[in-house]
Amino acid sequence: MAYREKAEVMDAQSIDRALTRIAHEILESNKGADDLALAGILTRGAHVARRLADRIMTIEGTQVPVGSIDISFYRDDVATHLNPEVHRTDIPFAVDGMNVVLVDDVLYTGRTIRAALDALMDYGRPASVQLAVLVDRGHRELPIRADYVGKNVPTARRERVKVAMAEHDGRDAVTIYEQDGEV
Amino acid sequence: MALLLKNGHVIDPVAGVDAICDVLIRDGVIVEVGTDLTMPKGETVDCTQKVIVPGLIDAHTHLREPGREDEETVASGTRAAAHGGFTAVCAMPNTSPICDTASAVRFLEQRAAEQGVVRVHPIGAVTLGQGGETLAEIGDMTAAGAVAFSDDGHAVPTAAMMRNAMDYIKAFDRTLISHAEDTSLSGDGVVNEGAASTMMGLPGWPAAAEEIAVARDIRLAELTGCRLHLAHLSTAGSVALLRDAKRRGLAVTGEVTPHHLFLDETALLGYDTNLKMNPPLRTARDREALVEAVCDGTVDCIATDHAPHARHEKDLEFEVAPFGTVGLETALSLVITHLLRTELVTWADVVQLMAHAPRAAFGLAPVSLAAGYVGDITIIDPEAKVEVTEDWLVGMSHNSAFLGQRLLGKASDVLVGGYFALRNGKVVQ
Amino acid sequence: MLSCRNILTMDDLSADDIVQILDTADSFKEVNERRIKKLPTLRGRTVVNLFLEPSTRTRTSFEIAAKRLSADAINFTASASSTTKGESLRDTAATLSAMACDLVVVRHCYAGAPQMLAGCMDACVVNGGDGMHQHPTQALLDLFTMREKLGRLEGLTVGIVGDIAHSRVAGSLIPALRAVGARPIVVAPPTLLPARPDLLGAEVATSLDDVIGELDVAYMLRVQFERAAHMPIPSNREYAMFYGMNAARLAAARPSMVVMHPGPMNRGVEISAEVADSPRTYVLDQVTSGVAVRMAIMYLLLGGADSGSAA
Repeated sequence: MAYREKAEVMDAQSIDRALTRIAHEILESNKGADDLALAGILTRGAHVARRLADRIMTIEGTQVPVGSIDISFYRDDVATHLNPEVHRTDIPFAVDGMNVVLVDDVLYTGRTIRAALDALMDYGRPASVQLAVLVDRGHRELPIRADYVGKNVPTARRERVKVAMAEHDGRDAVTIYEQDGEV
Repeated sequence: MALLLKNGHVIDPVAGVDAICDVLIRDGVIVEVGTDLTMPKGETVDCTQKVIVPGLIDAHTHLREPGREDEETVASGTRAAAHGGFTAVCAMPNTSPICDTASAVRFLEQRAAEQGVVRVHPIGAVTLGQGGETLAEIGDMTAAGAVAFSDDGHAVPTAAMMRNAMDYIKAFDRTLISHAEDTSLSGDGVVNEGAASTMMGLPGWPAAAEEIAVARDIRLAELTGCRLHLAHLSTAGSVALLRDAKRRGLAVTGEVTPHHLFLDETALLGYDTNLKMNPPLRTARDREALVEAVCDGTVDCIATDHAPHARHEKDLEFEVAPFGTVGLETALSLVITHLLRTELVTWADVVQLMAHAPRAAFGLAPVSLAAGYVGDITIIDPEAKVEVTEDWLVGMSHNSAFLGQRLLGKASDVLVGGYFALRNGKVVQ
Repeated sequence: MLSCRNILTMDDLSADDIVQILDTADSFKEVNERRIKKLPTLRGRTVVNLFLEPSTRTRTSFEIAAKRLSADAINFTASASSTTKGESLRDTAATLSAMACDLVVVRHCYAGAPQMLAGCMDACVVNGGDGMHQHPTQALLDLFTMREKLGRLEGLTVGIVGDIAHSRVAGSLIPALRAVGARPIVVAPPTLLPARPDLLGAEVATSLDDVIGELDVAYMLRVQFERAAHMPIPSNREYAMFYGMNAARLAAARPSMVVMHPGPMNRGVEISAEVADSPRTYVLDQVTSGVAVRMAIMYLLLGGADSGSAA
């Protein structure tokens, strides 16, 4: 199936502004950075989490602990889908009693977040779990919602949303792709 | 009853015939071999495009009766022999009980008379129970009809015992057939010690264990003057020893099996127990040396070492499965496909290897395509296509090392004493 | 996804498969270090440990690996003699198939038994050690440990010392090392070498002292004389003298050389008590790696199995 670019919905500057806003929102909701931790979902969610931690440092002067979660072993479709690349989960903080913000680049069906929640729970008992995403593209299949959203991007199911991040892809952008051959 | 075989390619180097001609048989005896033969009344068999040779004989067959009638019987084994083109088999004595007395020999002969489809020549054991300790009653067994003596399946353990046996057997003008294996060297070996044992992680059976025993037995034959026949030779070193013994004029003969001629140790890397033999399949170089020895006359006979085994026993882990492959039904086809069609041997050589030499080795009455000889005749269709499958095998057991092979050439008819044992490819009851 | 359905010998695994297993095992190692050593990944799958030769270590390692992936682990232990005289291996396989097992780990005293099972079962078959033939998961966990401790595999010189002829560990480790670009050297008296050491793919040495200066890893095999009919060496004392890893040899080796052993160790024979407990000996790390590597193998064999896309 071939895809072609349909539209760039966020450029580097709008991503930057969205992340700054989310960082402020997180601090506002949690009344500061005490007992706060970020856990990015590998791979790009981890980069977003690190950028949020940097901004929180700039705003609040506090270094919030950042972890990364690989959900390969918690997927609900292990029987049919094997992740070609498995990465080490790294949670360098004690989860018990923490307010953990899960961070991902795109929120879609919600199944990835469900797996990440299960993974996180195997590390301890957080006081609360919140969700921050750069893009919410709709079409939830599970009762999952994001607390912090960079941009709501309505999409059709057959479209794809790709987030490029400088750390991984050399540039920052959020792009919608549609199937080639469509009008 | 008269039978006229017309227009076949009649080949018998001993009778000096190699031509398209006719064979006339009456009352079980060949009366004439010549062209344009006629007979007043009787049956004419059109043998156009067929090859007619003296009845083939297998010097080394295991009929499992008495004791393992679930694996093979005299009836089923001789049917398999007929299907493979043989008019006679020599039956090894490692039955249960062992054939080590005259009454056991007589039992086999009686069974063969009642139920055998081809002739059965009993081979008696050398030692009681094949235990290697006490001589069996060689004289009594000879009188009862044993044609040779062997402890096959086992080696005669010590030089002293072998010498004693040879000294005694020679007085009865019989041949000792030796299973040459130094068991202190072969130990638990189940595959060739070499590539097979290394790559498969299985205990090895070194070539030297056979060669040491061959050398010993040849020397003892020389010492005692007993006729020695070396069974199932498998290594280049063994045939070299045989060649040397012949050069020195000793009364030593040797046989090689089709599986050792046409397979080597690389065939069993998949742990297929149908390829587990004693002695084991050897290296490619050994195989080539065996073929060379057959072609230059060093090896006298091709014998099958037909070893039927129950399916549930072969269907075990490699190390514990029994040794052996069935061979009566595939031997001739393999020889035609791999030796004759490749022009390594001629039809005359095949007759020598599979009809004359085995009988000569055991002092049996010769069978020949000339007037006065018994009507034991094998008729071969050299173009018949053979696919070796379990369904195609008529013997009771189907543990063949050659399952799945496609061969060319097969016996179409077999006459034993002038009567059909095999007719148009089907065994006659 | 691996390129094979069964792991019977190291030949079944491509170089890419090996790297994938090692990389995946790395993630599982992390799971084995956290408090909740459990993943839901293979929930509902059934893994059978068919151990027809006694073994506590390997069997426990596979059992823990399966359970940490939430699979149901069943142990079927019997002596091989009961299966050859009682229920045959083939019948045992049929019984297990009828119970719908997903993966069977088999250890057997006769080489070729895993091949037999793989031929008559739908389940994935993993060779847990067959006779003197192969023990692929041991080789993989050894590679994992070497990579972890030495930072690389390519170009490592690994001396495998001991009863090479009867060692299924060596049977797998030698091809495994070659597959990843390492250099295996077997070190043994000629009575403990197989008939065709040239076919193994390793260099052959009969003196440990001659090669010890070149080794990055000294891999000591347990010297197993209960298998041999005649003693191939005069005594344990002489073996330890010429082929044992002791403090003097450790000092003569490169400071970076590590000592490994598949266990269980014969202290005082192939390895002195002092070396067994030294910080340069990574026997326990091998055991830890073992669970992670076996988890990786089960995950890679059973995951994605229903997609029908890979071989």
